[in-house]
Amino acid sequence: MSKLISDKTKDIFLGPLGKNNPVTVQVLGICSALAVTAKLEPALVMGLSVTIIVAFANVIISLLRNTIPNRIRIIVQLVVVAALVTIVSEILKAFAYDVSVQLSVYIGLIITNCILMGRLEAFAMGNKPWESFVDGLGNGFGYAWILVAVAFFRELFGSGTLLGFRIIPQAAYDAGYSNNGLMILPPMALILVACIIWVHRSRNKELQEK
Amino acid sequence: MNTNSNNYTLIYAVVMVVVVALLLALVSSGLKDIQTKNVELDKKKQILSSLKVDLEGKDAAAVYNELIVKELVVDVNAKILSEVKGEAFAIDIIKESAKKQEERKLPVYVAQIDSKTKYIIPVRGAGLWGPIWGYVALDDDKNTVFGTYFSHASETPGLGAEIALPAFQDAFIGKHILNDAKEFVSIAVMKAGQTAENKEQIDAIAGGTITSKGVENMLLNSIGQYEAFLKQ
Repeated sequence: MSKLISDKTKDIFLGPLGKNNPVTVQVLGICSALAVTAKLEPALVMGLSVTIIVAFANVIISLLRNTIPNRIRIIVQLVVVAALVTIVSEILKAFAYDVSVQLSVYIGLIITNCILMGRLEAFAMGNKPWESFVDGLGNGFGYAWILVAVAFFRELFGSGTLLGFRIIPQAAYDAGYSNNGLMILPPMALILVACIIWVHRSRNKELQEK
Repeated sequence: MNTNSNNYTLIYAVVMVVVVALLLALVSSGLKDIQTKNVELDKKKQILSSLKVDLEGKDAAAVYNELIVKELVVDVNAKILSEVKGEAFAIDIIKESAKKQEERKLPVYVAQIDSKTKYIIPVRGAGLWGPIWGYVALDDDKNTVFGTYFSHASETPGLGAEIALPAFQDAFIGKHILNDAKEFVSIAVMKAGQTAENKEQIDAIAGGTITSKGVENMLLNSIGQYEAFLKQ
């Protein structure tokens, strides 16, 4: 067991959640962060789907890493990711139809999420399966928590609800409060991500450029 | 082994593609039945939405069986082609709209609510970015709108996508699709301040002009096919 949760694997897992976050530090996966964060539920499903896919794609590529011909390695990575994404999309259509309708094309677009190819090429190609799995989980959750944070604010102030339940009471609307329409539109996701990056950088001084 | 030789690369690619293709085919055929059921259930929910039935916590399929008493397949001359339940439901109106007008099979769902008959007509058209579709429920005079349901594939959130909200859909309630001379004129969707001639109208969505016009055209074209049936 000691090998499974050594300091190194802990770093691999915790790094992407904070200091080396794929969204706020490497600025990857922004496209989907805009697209699915108007409501909390699709953001949660998207975060979870990406986490599962990146973790398993990492394991598969890591297992195959010594057999993959160098010249077609990107194609092999792409095929593995595409196959996993298609399977996840089929499973969602079968068991969570409403969510899959809501996410529509974005599930398919997980294939083009830079975080996946980035992790496969940069990590799984040169590390053992277990570390790769942990790295995939870390990066997936690192991506997911940013999505959830953005979606939380967008749904709360844009629709007055969270996960579809009304949070801001009707009394507030009667008293003249109204939902912020800008929150629903994609630019607000960029602004919120930028705010998170701002807080993140002011807390981690070493990330700031001179 | 030399993993960079041409032969190795080629064989590797072929084996990989075959394995992945097999896997995907297995998953797809394994889940197909559940997926088809989901799509059908979703369609039933959409049809019921046009009747403004509250489905919260209810089994949509059971409610559907209870409320929809008849399914008709008619043609443009109002000849009834089938009354067998399930046949109208199975019609793919995208495929039908590709046929010649006289050959189209048009589904009509007949509902019974509080012992009053309602006719539900499926509609389909184009919005700004992609298809829009819905169901229009008419009272037993086949003229007064009882309720509508609209949905869309990819209209702009906050603008065109508002057609999926009750505020827009409920504006149609009580409007008439025939004029005083009993001719089919549909319902206009007009910008605030503008008045449609010779037909009833509702307000368009501010900032969603093209989607609003799409709804107007969708109603005109889709319900227009049923003109003979509506005049019966």
